[in-house]
Amino acid sequence: MIFSEKHQLIRQLVRGFVEKELTSDILDEVEASGEFPLDIQKKMAKAGFYGIKIPKEYGGQGADNLAYVIMLEEFCRVSPVASLYVNSPNSLSGGPILLSGTPEQIEKYLRPTVNGDIMVAFGLTEPGAGSDAGGMTTTAVKDGDYYVLNGRKSFITMAPLADYTVIYAKTDPKKGTKGISAFIVDMKLPGVSLGKNEHKMGLIGCATSDIVLEDVRVHKDDLLGEENMGFINAMKTLDGGRLGVAAQSIGCAQGCLDESIKYAKERKQFGRRIADFQAISFMIADMATKLAAAKELVYNAAIMKDRNDSNASMYCSMAKYYASEICNEIAAKAVQIHGGYGFMKEYRVERLYRDCRVFTIYEGTSQVQQMVISGALLKK
Amino acid sequence: MNIIVCAKQVPDTNEVKIDPVRGTLIREGVPSILNPDDANALEAALQLKDKYPGSTVSVISMGPAQATYMLRECLAMGADEAYLLSARAFGGADTCATSTTLAAGIKKIGKFDIIFAGRQAIDGDTAQVGPQTAQRLGLPIVTYVDKIVEVNDKKAVVHRQLEDGYEVIEVDMPCVLTCVKELNEPRYMTVGGIVSAFEREITVWDNNDVGLAPEECGLKASPTQVLRSFTPAPKGKGEMLSGTIQEMAADLVSKLTAKHVI
Repeated sequence: MIFSEKHQLIRQLVRGFVEKELTSDILDEVEASGEFPLDIQKKMAKAGFYGIKIPKEYGGQGADNLAYVIMLEEFCRVSPVASLYVNSPNSLSGGPILLSGTPEQIEKYLRPTVNGDIMVAFGLTEPGAGSDAGGMTTTAVKDGDYYVLNGRKSFITMAPLADYTVIYAKTDPKKGTKGISAFIVDMKLPGVSLGKNEHKMGLIGCATSDIVLEDVRVHKDDLLGEENMGFINAMKTLDGGRLGVAAQSIGCAQGCLDESIKYAKERKQFGRRIADFQAISFMIADMATKLAAAKELVYNAAIMKDRNDSNASMYCSMAKYYASEICNEIAAKAVQIHGGYGFMKEYRVERLYRDCRVFTIYEGTSQVQQMVISGALLKK
Repeated sequence: MNIIVCAKQVPDTNEVKIDPVRGTLIREGVPSILNPDDANALEAALQLKDKYPGSTVSVISMGPAQATYMLRECLAMGADEAYLLSARAFGGADTCATSTTLAAGIKKIGKFDIIFAGRQAIDGDTAQVGPQTAQRLGLPIVTYVDKIVEVNDKKAVVHRQLEDGYEVIEVDMPCVLTCVKELNEPRYMTVGGIVSAFEREITVWDNNDVGLAPEECGLKASPTQVLRSFTPAPKGKGEMLSGTIQEMAADLVSKLTAKHVI
């Protein structure tokens, strides 16, 4: 893939930022404390990362999906958890509002999200409704100018940090996915509470918890989009999100490959560098080749999306499916190349290995991507 | 305030290697970057603009066509205008010819209150272009600026870095300041800035545009020629003396005497 000067310069900006700000000491501290430094969040917002693909008229930076992919890739190469912060306003936080928000909602919620002044979480998943999002049981019952929400959302990334959450709830339980509406819920409203902070395998430093809704009265001005049109909003948001996870995957895999090459050249066994053993060097050749293939798939999906190609959605699914799977494979090999040291927390691959595990799971599992891809090919 | 910044695109010397046979820089595959001290000069200009809203920051450079990439980086950091002096006639310029060309370009831009430049470029390390440009424009110059105390429309008060301290210098406007890295920390570009930078035109002028005859610029107007470039042999490992002060002093004197230094 040959990039334009514009995209090269965006990569230069992000790489420079990440190398300077996200030092090993800072990242170790994030891992130990579970908290991500506010001053770095502010710097990320100021550089425009939070609104990279949001149009300029809404306070964003007006770059395209390819720029978004490059940004996430460069962040994830060094710190997958940091990539969540820059991804979210462009994707699961900003996406639903950008898709369906009224001009007032965009001013009130999207612009401050992009500026880094507020945080918005995405509340779709429930204890009993993961891949089958339509099976949700959270309800919203109209009562005058308000909707009364009841239910429980689970595994909500950033919920403990969020000022608002987009909650999907059934306004017409009889209609299945066609009876779901989206609401922007103020986390300070009476009846909103949080579950305990989840202890996750990876991506530590971006808190995740359940959100419990008990008779939460949400004003009709905070209905996002039309009533009963929420499921489409969620699916379109996730459609964009898939590209983001694909980009995270190639970045994290690159980080694993870089570390493996470095280590293989340094580490000596039986009197020579382990890179001189074919067992190791061929593993690195495989990792690099699969990563190169995944990158082309991801960049291509981004360009198709930028061109509004009708197959873009399927290609985003392919990119997410393949890139997240090979990222896990590459991370596992990276740990293997590092041997016993790869099992130790002092080595970067240990964290990358844990961080990338969720890439084949969140925002549509690999199996859901297979459903989307095969559906697109076979249903016509 | 009208602010001009002189900038240069240079090979990233952290990545550069020297051809052991020819003694020249191997430039192939080496990324080109905005000269680090020039980034400090641009930051100083942008801070002045932040202080005096409505100011204009114009960046000027001499170089080949690909230097537009570096100029777009300057625009993405917040510069308002970018000018590239580019022509075959400018090729092979030493610092003397470079400053003639830059001064001609700056005169063509016209209005300016202050000019910032980096102390020196990391490829040539001469630190001559800033002062020579000031000379050709008939402007006062302060080099090695590591702190700006005040700038207004009449004068600037700055600190000039010395090896063992600093000078406080007050200079009349308009003036030229060359900046060192201790002056400030260059800001990041913004993504939106990059997007706009590629939607804008960069003004490109050749020698005719700035009123220079071919013999007044480039190699033909360069009185200095590079005789040879080479990698200096690395210095031997230093030796640490130990013992009491008296012992170390005696040891030092005997070693220096042995080497006929004293």
